[in-house]
Amino acid sequence: MSFAKNLRCRECGRLYPLDPIYVCEFCFGPLEVMYDYEALRRHVSRRRIEQGPATIWRYADLLPAEGEPVDIGAGFTPLLEARNLGRALGLRHLYLKNDCVNPTWSFKDRVVSVAATKSREFGFDTLACASTGNLANSVAAHAARAGLRALVFVPADLEAAKMLGSAVYGPLLVAVRGSYDDVNRLCSELAEKYRWAFVNINVRPYYAEGSKTLGYEVCEQLGWRAPDHCIVPAASGSLFTKIYKGIKELAWLGLIEWRKPRMSAAQALGCSPIVEAWDRGSFDIRPQRPNTIAKSLAIGNPADGYYALKVLAETDGCGVAVSDEEVVEGIKLLAETEGIFAETAGGVVVAGLRRLAQQGRIHPDETVVAFITGAGLKTAEAVQGSLGQPVVVEPTIASFEAALAQRQGALPTARG
Amino acid sequence: MAKQRVKFTFPPHLVQEPIIWRLGKEFAVVTNIRRADVTEDRGWVILELEGEMEEIERGIRWVQEQGVRVDPVPGDIVEG
Repeated sequence: MSFAKNLRCRECGRLYPLDPIYVCEFCFGPLEVMYDYEALRRHVSRRRIEQGPATIWRYADLLPAEGEPVDIGAGFTPLLEARNLGRALGLRHLYLKNDCVNPTWSFKDRVVSVAATKSREFGFDTLACASTGNLANSVAAHAARAGLRALVFVPADLEAAKMLGSAVYGPLLVAVRGSYDDVNRLCSELAEKYRWAFVNINVRPYYAEGSKTLGYEVCEQLGWRAPDHCIVPAASGSLFTKIYKGIKELAWLGLIEWRKPRMSAAQALGCSPIVEAWDRGSFDIRPQRPNTIAKSLAIGNPADGYYALKVLAETDGCGVAVSDEEVVEGIKLLAETEGIFAETAGGVVVAGLRRLAQQGRIHPDETVVAFITGAGLKTAEAVQGSLGQPVVVEPTIASFEAALAQRQGALPTARG
Repeated sequence: MAKQRVKFTFPPHLVQEPIIWRLGKEFAVVTNIRRADVTEDRGWVILELEGEMEEIERGIRWVQEQGVRVDPVPGDIVEG
């Protein structure tokens, strides 16, 4: 059962019923789900959670949905100790939260699973989003599972290959001519006009809560304790703030001992409005025009940027922005040391982690969790051209051995 | 009548210009400010525009032409 109690304006604190609304009628501040934590505290336990399914729905009590979950298996992804990468970076207790292995290969399945469940509960028949990649894939997949109509808006100049991962689930794909800003504005107007569940507009308060599950899982997988330091890719800033909210909630509920983790945000330099404001020592986000290969983080006007800055300040975190070259290096370093092929957001995190470690802004003994939020095949073009070429040989042992000697300078040991 | 909630972000050189007053004066649009943060060198204003949809869109285009950034209130909607 859900213990969600109401929606509350994050600016003026006004309360609202749990309806498909997203801004305060008075100050237009964003709304956030509030829970009856007293009742929750009496109800949840580590044991109850551990007996739940191996998906985000093991935390159903802490999510704002009542109905049968729209569940294609999002969440409860591996937390891997990264000894090789840790050694390379000089970090003794580094972990990777590998969200590449979600059903549509990104963390968006967590938020969309909650949004789809809540949307069905509200009686919507259409699940909509505007996206160039991960979100579109996830909305189309969950809508298919839920028996909802999927409407996916994309900029008309989006490459056909990017649409494939959504098109396969049979949504109505709408290619909008114009700039990103035009797509933003159109979707905002459509969300006002039509009774659809627009996942990151009118059901955003519920949708965003799905990201808390990353915080829950990491604590549970560490043996019910909070990490010392989280490094998270930041786009809208919602994922970053919700991971922290998740960890705080577990402490409020007595499921972990409270130790405030440091929360650090990583962005690509070509779209880094949060880190830019942080470096300026300001809480005022200056919107940017994105220009980076890290498309999944390319949000120039982040909805939760201000709140992300507050979390950075509250937790003594770091903001780090890395170049596109460093992103590619980060992807390769992660793949070559830990066997995980991440999309560009993962490259941003690993490159950011490397920078912070080199600058001594992460203590070598901190328990650090790096959040790898999407799989590499989605942005394979990012590393194309920077990888080793295959050794071409004739189908003879001599040719193989000659080529190998040339490449590696030494032959493998023969058997027997 | 339609309503549109928007965020205007002003560059430094436009902070002292009465853009919102002119929007209400030159277009058939009612402007209703809900939240703002304006200093001498930058500023943003969250407001509601009410009028015929075409007139609101015309007004927004004019505001953009002046050099003001106009965004939906929930921030960027297009996500990766």
